[in-house]
Amino acid sequence: MSVLVDEDTRVVVQGITGGEGRFHTEQMMEYGTNVVAGAVPGKGGQEVAGVPVYDTVARAADEEDADASVVFVPPAFAGDALFEAIDADVDLVVAITEGIPTQDVSRVYRRLNETDTYMIGPNCPGIITPGESKLGILPGNIFSSGNVGLVSRSGTLTYQVVDSLTDRGLGQSTAVGIGGDPIIGTDFIDALELFEEDPETHAIVMCGEIGGEDEEEAADYIGEYMDTPVVGFIAGRTAPPGKRMGHAGAIVSGSGTGTAASKIDALESVGVPVGDTPEEVTEHIEDIL
Amino acid sequence: MRLHEYQAKQVFAEAGIPTPASALASTVDEAVAAAEEVGYPCAIKAQVHVGGRGKAGGIKLVDDEDEAREAAEDIIGMDLKGYHVDRVLVEAAVDFVNELYVGVTMDRGEGKPVAMVSTRGGVNIEEVAEEDPDAIAREHIDPAFGMHPYQARKAVYDAGVDRDIAGDVASVLTTLYELWDEKDGSDAEINPLMVTSDDEVVAADAVMNIDGDSLFRHPDLAEMEEEAAEDELEAKANEYGFDYVRLEGNVGIIGNGAGLVMTTLDLVDYYGGKPANFLDIGGGAKAERVTNALDMVFSDENVDAVVFNIFGGITRGDEVAEGINTALEQFDEIPKPVVVRLAGTKAEEGMEILNTDLVQVEATLEDAVQATVALAEEVNE
Repeated sequence: MSVLVDEDTRVVVQGITGGEGRFHTEQMMEYGTNVVAGAVPGKGGQEVAGVPVYDTVARAADEEDADASVVFVPPAFAGDALFEAIDADVDLVVAITEGIPTQDVSRVYRRLNETDTYMIGPNCPGIITPGESKLGILPGNIFSSGNVGLVSRSGTLTYQVVDSLTDRGLGQSTAVGIGGDPIIGTDFIDALELFEEDPETHAIVMCGEIGGEDEEEAADYIGEYMDTPVVGFIAGRTAPPGKRMGHAGAIVSGSGTGTAASKIDALESVGVPVGDTPEEVTEHIEDIL
Repeated sequence: MRLHEYQAKQVFAEAGIPTPASALASTVDEAVAAAEEVGYPCAIKAQVHVGGRGKAGGIKLVDDEDEAREAAEDIIGMDLKGYHVDRVLVEAAVDFVNELYVGVTMDRGEGKPVAMVSTRGGVNIEEVAEEDPDAIAREHIDPAFGMHPYQARKAVYDAGVDRDIAGDVASVLTTLYELWDEKDGSDAEINPLMVTSDDEVVAADAVMNIDGDSLFRHPDLAEMEEEAAEDELEAKANEYGFDYVRLEGNVGIIGNGAGLVMTTLDLVDYYGGKPANFLDIGGGAKAERVTNALDMVFSDENVDAVVFNIFGGITRGDEVAEGINTALEQFDEIPKPVVVRLAGTKAEEGMEILNTDLVQVEATLEDAVQATVALAEEVNE
């Protein structure tokens, strides 16, 4: 079992002919991901890394029986690409693109709510089930197969924590980087719900950051519905109020909500231990398993 | 990206939202001339991105030429919460009987826009939202359809706005939403929207924040952003396209990915150091970007030591290493000691390229942060 992706997932790569699209298609295939097609308007009939390219996602999904899409399309065209993927009726869209205007994402999000498609991202590293499949840009070599689920708003922080887990022999069931933008498809609660249903996931790491109230809401959800133990980490304890720290969402309003302290309090109040450092997160997971 | 008040007012006025007569001035003489033009009484308002300008002495109401000159002399050139004031907006005072609040923003929790109206304008609206959330009427907008006219009316009536001016306020809110939508706003606010004794509404302040990611389709706003930069280092960060925040400490921090950079800041603090900055080189950075990042942090005279923390995903270690070498090889003597931690995609290749005569290399994040904190302390001793 795994969450959202496995060795049978058939992937179409939107933007496969671009530099990033091409490089990461090769990396994904090397990892074992079943990339079956690319989709780029006007590039139909070409091949990239031995994979056929189609002009539309619908045709790629139809001809190659794809059920997931990974999007490497530049920000100006990415909103349109996400609509295209959703309308092609794939089960999962992974939006890697960073810097898509928020209003575009808001319209995509609205369409998503009318469908059964899961979207991960945008501005995310993707999802990986170690040893089976990775959709996105995560460096495959640091992951190992096991029973720790991981969900994170930050890509590089995901790598940092996974590296530490793997180092101590703690493998991962699935790791998903949900992205730090103000509006995202799959959020903490969606991911936690999927991990809770997954019998292979015995403990979960949840990496949050300052800004918004997603972590506080996730804490309520954990307290009410989850049996699988969760360990938390919150980035941005030292961030000054009112300043934006990179991620669109990573801003502290100064009015007490969205701060690292309020998120840590919310998690600890439902029994979720929160590590002061990424190493401490691993230690907590070790104690649980 | 935040527009200055005078820029936002210009955008609002062009769209038909009533604003007071005003003129921009950058010298005392210009300010006095502007005051004659807009008429007394008028307000002289510092144009800097600082909240609470009035309380900090950045806004003064004047009744005649002498007062105008005195106020302009005080405000132009003053240091307002760390920002140098080089422009003022001179604006006709509005004789008001009431102050309202109208605003549009993205409700990130709902994933859709929200329009807001309150009769508690003229004060810090965040405080109102916290103490008495019901005092602000909220209407969520379906982004596929935009705001229907009934929604603007509903928000205005729900807020308890007087019937005599309800139509005008609804019209201002509709225009504000359309502007927000068209210009890719993140927040658009009028606080206060003043109501005069003649039942007219006037935007006495204007806030317009634009989604920086959308500037590729708004060249006019991108130009305004250049005008709006107010700090040398921040201007440099804009030019290089970095997410950069200057902080008060002496440990320079460069990394990739907002979450990891924030974690690096937190660890510097955890191990007893003080972060000097947040600098995210972003995803997929090439060598030149890495060179620019070091240039930025070296330009900050408060920095005593630098930690370069990279965990590559889309970013490749070999590119990063090449960028570090290029940046450092141009110096006879490295300006500040640099500690590098390189992991992830192409990290091994990066370590082979990296000129380790110029930097200190550490294998883990914890070791790198502790080493940098120690180096920064040594410089201070």
